[in-house]
Amino acid sequence: METLHPTSGYTALLLGDLLRELPRAEDFFTSLGLPLPAGDESTETYFGRIPAETLEDLGIERRELGERFTAFMDLLVVLRDKGNGPAIEAITILGGVDKDGAPEDFSLTIRPGEVISIVGPTGSGKSRFLADIEWLAQGDTPTRRRVLINGCAPDPARRFSLEQKLVAQLSQNMNFVMDLTVAEFITMHAESRMLGDVAGITATVIAKANELAGERFSPHTPVTALSGGQSRALMIADTSCLSISPIVLIDEIENAGIDRRRAVHTLVGEGKIVLMATHDPILALMGDRRLVFRNGGIAALLETSPAERANLAAFEEMDARLTAVRNALRNGERIDRL
Amino acid sequence: MRLVTVAGPPSSGKTAVIIRAAEALRADGVRVGVIKFDCLSTGDQALYERKGITARTGLSGNLCPDHFFVSNIQECLQWGEQSGFDLLVAESAGLCNRCAPHIKDVCAVCVIDNLSGVETPRKIGPMLKMADLVVITKGDIVSQAEREVFAHRVRQVNPGAVVMQVNGLTGQGGYELGRLLAGAEETVSLTGRLLRFSMPAALCSYCLGQRKIGSDFQMGNVRKIDFS
Ligand SMILES: Nc1nc2c(ncn2[C@@H]2O[C@H](COP(=O)(O)OP(=O)(O)OP(=O)(O)O)[C@@H](O)[C@H]2O)c(=O)[nH]1
Ligand SMILES: [Mg+2]
Ligand SMILES: [Zn+2]
Ligand SMILES: [Zn+2]
Repeated sequence: METLHPTSGYTALLLGDLLRELPRAEDFFTSLGLPLPAGDESTETYFGRIPAETLEDLGIERRELGERFTAFMDLLVVLRDKGNGPAIEAITILGGVDKDGAPEDFSLTIRPGEVISIVGPTGSGKSRFLADIEWLAQGDTPTRRRVLINGCAPDPARRFSLEQKLVAQLSQNMNFVMDLTVAEFITMHAESRMLGDVAGITATVIAKANELAGERFSPHTPVTALSGGQSRALMIADTSCLSISPIVLIDEIENAGIDRRRAVHTLVGEGKIVLMATHDPILALMGDRRLVFRNGGIAALLETSPAERANLAAFEEMDARLTAVRNALRNGERIDRL
Repeated sequence: MRLVTVAGPPSSGKTAVIIRAAEALRADGVRVGVIKFDCLSTGDQALYERKGITARTGLSGNLCPDHFFVSNIQECLQWGEQSGFDLLVAESAGLCNRCAPHIKDVCAVCVIDNLSGVETPRKIGPMLKMADLVVITKGDIVSQAEREVFAHRVRQVNPGAVVMQVNGLTGQGGYELGRLLAGAEETVSLTGRLLRFSMPAALCSYCLGQRKIGSDFQMGNVRKIDFS
């Protein structure tokens, strides 16, 4: 059974054998609300004996079940094997034009573990840039940019592949909305990735999140009851370990309750490419490079200079002083001395 | 002219994403018109017109809106042709979980939102399961994990569809959606075309206007919960 690969004649195989190879094949039936076939039955036989009434209720025709099952199994096999696919070593974005059609003239290659800062006013083209990467633009978007993976134009089918989505996003407005505990929530995410050791990875994510969060939380806490800082910490830990996407966009994450620098290190440590939209100088200087957006295009590509890096200590000291003043204010003290 | 059917639960963001796609297409010179199917009332026509998109409304009253859709879509197509559209979008409020306006060989889109919960994809019938393209909205307010799990659940019930995230507020993904819609097949006539799935005739006495409760008043297609 090691030989299952896309377009195998799945429907002729006995369900017991299929489940041994790919336990999540079970989800096909549960997601449609169908009882599981017997282990010694082929899905072909099983589909043949589903009452017409049940099919009516499902809104699916009998002959379609087989096609859908095959598509579903193809998906599982792709998910299972994706670890064996070629890893992303580099993503290259070739400049196009800005809103006025002026050429951008840049070529940016980013690699796992890199941090790139993104600066520029709202509406300056940051979202379009992300969308170009997501869409694997090939000169066919308003910016005319092109995106290469490992130096080559990607397979067009990749555009629509959920398993190969390039960008994960984390922003201020995002919240957990599911009614689950932390452990249940992370387990659900890990299961959707069809990982082998779901319990192990779940424990790892929760431990990492607790390292990032100011105040600790337990696996049994409902995700909706987490504080702002704890939520961000869990999102970062979860994205670093479980997200499909090699690129993570962090959009102006607030400073409260989470150590943002450690958060970035966590993502980078898991081999993510971090794009950070921020106008906080301390965060921006974590980037190796900085993309400057203007008028829908990239106006400049700045390397963080040694002088800028040297300033980091000074900026941190200013930040610490301002934080102390804020805390004093919060505590009801006077802030009449500098 | 190209025809696209767009269906999805109420308030899932159908109008928002259609507007985003239409605006992106307009920049490329593509003329888009919309016909909105709903039950009792809808403010969608005004929303479209405010954006300069020609729109019409069809209200089904107390009929299933999808049944009403099938009885009217041929005429809608004629209206679209006469109006000179390149793309006609039929937006239907997915009020009936059992019916769907999707037609064979006509590009079928389902719009659902991330907030509706991970069990939702399993609960929606042919409207989602028979769509060619599933648009997921409201990703801006949930976590990455929830977006990924939700999209995965959609793939489980419709493994053949193209699944994409579009944000109705910021417009992210709207351009790409527009490109896909503009690439749909031309539809010259719908006469003789088939629905993707039969729409069950809801034929109990209550469909026919009965209001009294009790077994004596129930006729036709009646099914009872089994409490045994
Ligand atoms: N945050 C957020 N809100 C959205 C998004 N898309 C749509 N909305 C909002 O959701 C609400 C409903 O959007 P509509 O586009 O009217 O939904 P619809 O599916 O057309 O609704 P009906 O036609 O009435 O069934 C509006 O307030 C939109 O602004 C999105 O991606 N994110
Ligand atoms: Mg609407
Ligand atoms: Zn109906
Ligand atoms: Zn009835």
